[in-house]
Amino acid sequence: MTITVDGINKRFGKFQALNNVSLDIPEGKLTALLGPSGSGKTTLLRIIAGLESADSGRVSFSGKDVTKLHVRDRNIGFVFQHYALFRHMTVAQNIAFGLDSLPRKQRPSKADIQKRVGELLEMIQLPHLANRFPAQLSGGQKQRVALARSIATRPKILLLDEPFGALDAKVRKDLRRWLRNLHDEFHFTSIFVTHDQEEALELSDQVVVMSQGNVEQVNEPTELYARPDSRFVFDFLGQVNVLSGEVKHSRLTQGSAWVTIPGIEHQGNAQLYLRPHEVRLATAPAAHANLPLRIEAVSLIGSEVRVELRPEGWESEGSDNIWEVGISHAEFNQQRPTRGDLRYAVPEVGHLFTGKDTQPVTVNWDEADLSPRIRLIN
Amino acid sequence: MSTANQAGAAVSQRWPRIGNRSKRVLPGFGLSLGISLLFISLILMLPLTGLVMEVSAMSFDQFWFVITDPRVVASYKVTAFSALAASLFNGIFGLLLAWVLVRYEFPGKRLIDAVVDLPFALPTAVAGIVLATLFAENGWYGQWLSKLGIEVAFTPVGIIVAMAFTSLPFVVRTVQPVLEELAPEDEEAAVSLGASDGLVFRRVIFPSLWPALLTGVALSFTRSLGEFGAVIFIAGNMPYVSEVTSLMIFVRLQEYDYAAASAIASVILLVSLVMLFAITLWQARYLKRIEGR
Repeated sequence: MTITVDGINKRFGKFQALNNVSLDIPEGKLTALLGPSGSGKTTLLRIIAGLESADSGRVSFSGKDVTKLHVRDRNIGFVFQHYALFRHMTVAQNIAFGLDSLPRKQRPSKADIQKRVGELLEMIQLPHLANRFPAQLSGGQKQRVALARSIATRPKILLLDEPFGALDAKVRKDLRRWLRNLHDEFHFTSIFVTHDQEEALELSDQVVVMSQGNVEQVNEPTELYARPDSRFVFDFLGQVNVLSGEVKHSRLTQGSAWVTIPGIEHQGNAQLYLRPHEVRLATAPAAHANLPLRIEAVSLIGSEVRVELRPEGWESEGSDNIWEVGISHAEFNQQRPTRGDLRYAVPEVGHLFTGKDTQPVTVNWDEADLSPRIRLIN
Repeated sequence: MSTANQAGAAVSQRWPRIGNRSKRVLPGFGLSLGISLLFISLILMLPLTGLVMEVSAMSFDQFWFVITDPRVVASYKVTAFSALAASLFNGIFGLLLAWVLVRYEFPGKRLIDAVVDLPFALPTAVAGIVLATLFAENGWYGQWLSKLGIEVAFTPVGIIVAMAFTSLPFVVRTVQPVLEELAPEDEEAAVSLGASDGLVFRRVIFPSLWPALLTGVALSFTRSLGEFGAVIFIAGNMPYVSEVTSLMIFVRLQEYDYAAASAIASVILLVSLVMLFAITLWQARYLKRIEGR
């Protein structure tokens, strides 16, 4: 089932939670609604589910308008962040609830319900806990039971509100993988809400980035990461280093720092965004950039060595005034950067936002080829 | 005996540090427990002991003779039946009131919330007189009800009305906090699974509420068993028809027969205690299950 959201507005008192939001959710795909808190992602999910009503706009499933349809008639599965299991029912009774609730004519026989519950318990790998009460389960187990409960009636649409938000890191990872498999097996159209960028990018087929009640960008995870549409998306998806300054004669300058931007016609304000892996560290400035930085901290844990640096004679954008650069362990062993050392950042690829433009221009400095090129994306 | 030992062992396992001052984090345990025990002894246990002492002065035959006096037995029936009716009425009406006060926003909500406690604040005799006046044949309610052929004042129905009036807050005030704590997600989850409103109430809301509701009804019932002030003004107090047990105690006291008064009182006390204990035990078992302790 496809889900179409068309011009949804929602206001809570003076707070505009959703501002004319339109979206297409493709059939059989796992879509993430990603955004900081207060971005309206949960409200949107609840409106799609029918747990909340929009002030204006339409929701339709496979072209059928369901805006006025009650949540109980929408035939969706909904999973809550805090599980919302019925405390006084056993695991098996919880899972059977949806089937028990069907009108008598559609309700399967007791034996069939039991069989279905058994299947679902197998699927969530908890058949031995059928007669336990929710209070006796761990968080991860509870969320599996909640998932089994939500899909017992075989809904075509599965909606999950921060499903892993209350779990610890290890369980979270296991459950993520498990959800992905489940999705691939059953081909729901699924939407899940998260504020965790990594989770959204890892798990989903499509990411919807939201901010302040607006949809900022919709794309596949890899595309989204590679080509953010706006400063917000760029900032929100992972660490970014920013040089904000004035462009004059193809050169972006701020204080003692400058970067040559080949082929640029724009004059005036501009920001250069660089991901930690798009920058190298050198002991001398490069021909196209002079970005002196002093090393503040070196973190060896992980597949990459993370170096935190403070700008020397200029200022980075952002409150912490820190740049982050990732180098390989081999590089680290060669250069042995230590706290207090002076280094020069050498950008290899960058993303330039000029003036009030929301779309960045990708800049490529190809050092082998001494005539740098500029490439426009989109 | 063995169960008592087991219970003792369980307690010492749960609080292994009782008496070990050096490891206790929260200060003031000895002092606060001491004061509490003293208070309970002076205010609650001592008068009860007096009652038991008074009764123990009687022989069993005397005791049995007093408590099985036909007029007293009739009063048991009237009291128990009226208290049951009143507490069941309160169970339904109190739940409704608590529901409305928790679930809906409307002007005057605060006022109604405050008014619920009025039966506790009002002297019960005042309540009895007011109710008797209202339900008397020429009273505001009475004149309409008498046209329908319903007599309330000076009949057993009046007893029920008085009991319900004085014990309503018990149900509202025990159910209200539980209702407030119910997670809206539980209901949303149930509805998203296709449950009708009735089913949501029956299978999701009510099972969470009913330990509290039962406690409220039980408190309301035991309170009604002993209600005196409000009842005697409206009951009519006809022997064998509309005399409550507390009135029988009062009558014995007026005859300076303290032993008989205590004997009858001990029956009420025993019934109330057994009932409250039974409900507490049952509730502990139920809560243990859903809280997983």
